[in-house]
Amino acid sequence: MPLLGYIRIMFSFSVPLGKLVRRASRLRGGGSALPGLVVEKIDPGFMRRTLSTLPHGVAVVSGTNGKTTTTKMVVELLESQGLKVFTNRTGSNFTRGVAAALLGEVDWRGRLKADIAVLELDEAHAVHFVNSVPPRYCLLLNVLRDQLDRFGEIDKTAQLLQHIAAKTTGTVVLNREDPRVARIAETLTGQEVRYFGLDDSLLGTFPNDDDMRAAPGSPATAGLPEKPAADVVLRKVGADSADFEYDGVTVTTGMKLRGVYNIFNAAAALALARSICGSGAATADHESLLEALSQVAPAFGRGESLTVDGQPLDLVLVKNPSGFRLGLKSFPAGGYATMIAINDNYADGRDMSWLWDVEFDSLREEGVDQLTGSRAYDMALRLQYDDVPTGAVQPEIAPALAAFIREAQGKPKRIFCTYTAMLAIRRELSKITTVEVVS
Amino acid sequence: MSTGTPAAAEGKGTLRVVQLYPRDMNIYGDWGNALVLQRRIGWHGYTSELLEYNVGDPFPDDVDIIVGGGGQDSGQLVIQDDLQSRAAALKDLAEDGTPMLVICGLYQLFGRFFKTRTGAVIPGIGILDVETHGTDERLIGNVKVSTPEFGEVLGYENHSGQTTLGSGVRPLGTVAKGTGNNSNDGHEGARYRNIVASYLHGSLLPKNPAIADFLIRTAAERKFGTFEPGQPDDRFAELAREHAARRPR
Repeated sequence: MPLLGYIRIMFSFSVPLGKLVRRASRLRGGGSALPGLVVEKIDPGFMRRTLSTLPHGVAVVSGTNGKTTTTKMVVELLESQGLKVFTNRTGSNFTRGVAAALLGEVDWRGRLKADIAVLELDEAHAVHFVNSVPPRYCLLLNVLRDQLDRFGEIDKTAQLLQHIAAKTTGTVVLNREDPRVARIAETLTGQEVRYFGLDDSLLGTFPNDDDMRAAPGSPATAGLPEKPAADVVLRKVGADSADFEYDGVTVTTGMKLRGVYNIFNAAAALALARSICGSGAATADHESLLEALSQVAPAFGRGESLTVDGQPLDLVLVKNPSGFRLGLKSFPAGGYATMIAINDNYADGRDMSWLWDVEFDSLREEGVDQLTGSRAYDMALRLQYDDVPTGAVQPEIAPALAAFIREAQGKPKRIFCTYTAMLAIRRELSKITTVEVVS
Repeated sequence: MSTGTPAAAEGKGTLRVVQLYPRDMNIYGDWGNALVLQRRIGWHGYTSELLEYNVGDPFPDDVDIIVGGGGQDSGQLVIQDDLQSRAAALKDLAEDGTPMLVICGLYQLFGRFFKTRTGAVIPGIGILDVETHGTDERLIGNVKVSTPEFGEVLGYENHSGQTTLGSGVRPLGTVAKGTGNNSNDGHEGARYRNIVASYLHGSLLPKNPAIADFLIRTAAERKFGTFEPGQPDDRFAELAREHAARRPR
């Protein structure tokens, strides 16, 4: 058989084969990326070929914090405008995960029925992805101190985001308030650049890593030109509402999302959705866009509220100093029982240094009821140096969670947790309450 | 000091801690080291004063302890000239026996030079007889070091510069897990006079209170002729050490 024909046959089998592997690995209850690996190995062009057929192309969402919730928001905003959206919902935010998610959506001939793909991609993996599939849109959220043990340095992470922007063929949406992200605009030539931004009055609630213990004039902010106009500006955050300004008017909308940083990401999602659907007079349907925004619920573990024993239990994912500080600020301790779960697996970051860049004074009055996770004692030590009283310390998550729920009966509860600790906590909670199952 | 009131209530005197370049060289929890010194000085019954020194500031007088950390390449460029302008003063303090802790980036810059991968030579201030060469390899992970002075030292390394010690310094210790100064000789950190230099984050001092107390004791003895330790509660530090020591690289 001629070689070419042989290869064609291989291709025509790659999708059905991948789908079979996907089915098998789901039956097994296994990881979400394996089938993607299989199809990428035997048919490396699968992803590019499939995604290049979409009428609105591909939108990539990247940055350190808030990718999952923001991607979810963008998807819901676009769906409110009648678009059929493909997304990598499983949180498997790297190339194989995208290929695996694609396999779940394509028909047996490998065709994807969607108008656009909105993909959450981890900074480092996004670089590989955009090299093979140049996106039409990208939304770059922030560069924060996260998992530096993986990427090396913040400036390096900014370079990764810059590369994503450079590979984008249409519109790049940037966070105007993050100097490392805003600066990416200077390096771009062909792309349309849009921004989302914050009202000056809210800037103080978003300490960045440079402001942390620094006077103004630190290297990242020095010499930055005057702020550009933003397409969407978050003006005000109320108890369950927010004010957004766009097209010269300020609108107030109810919000299900909690936490200022989640709502700032809503401004980001709105800016990207407006780039895709058209803004100003061209916007398909303003009302439905806002309605969709007001209905967005947080992605799992991102400030999501569950019910346990008739009391709310909030799960707050913390994975870097800025995220932890924002979490403490957005979810005040008063009246709540608090547990902190710190793991140091690869996905959490192995270096515990970051705990020392968070101030825990706000927990001093109420104290922390339970500490758990593989680095529970690192956390206990950290709290000791901030004079925060601690209850029990139990590195095993299951007994710690059981004790927490038992001892804080009748009280609203809150758990700050790293990524893998959150997965473990959700598994335990699913035995006693309803939690979204994420495969 | 001899009025009969309890020392802790009366205060045994003030120790001034200077954090070098917190604005530009403050990454991977360097603040933790400054915080631990500040709090432990208090737990030992002394009063602490924490001062920040940034580029262009007047250098504080009466410095008892100096602590400095790591930075990104951009941060190192920002402080480079200022550090050179303070080289003589810092060297005098070092030779005089002032206790100092320098981590990662400032460890390198306290040495003779840093030669980047492209061959550019960034001069250090030559307090430590060490030299550093940039590499393509990033050394990352948990580290365990056996030291003659402080027992087992635990931390986390993350650097691509590899440091070689000259005869004028001795290593902080021998690496039992991880890489340390460079991929060849199995040493981590450097000791000279009362300077402790190390690549280890973690932060270093919280889980290694022996090093924190060495810096405080030395400072107190130099200033007051004697050190009267308090009794810090190190139970969490002990447990955190036990658990950290068992974690994979």
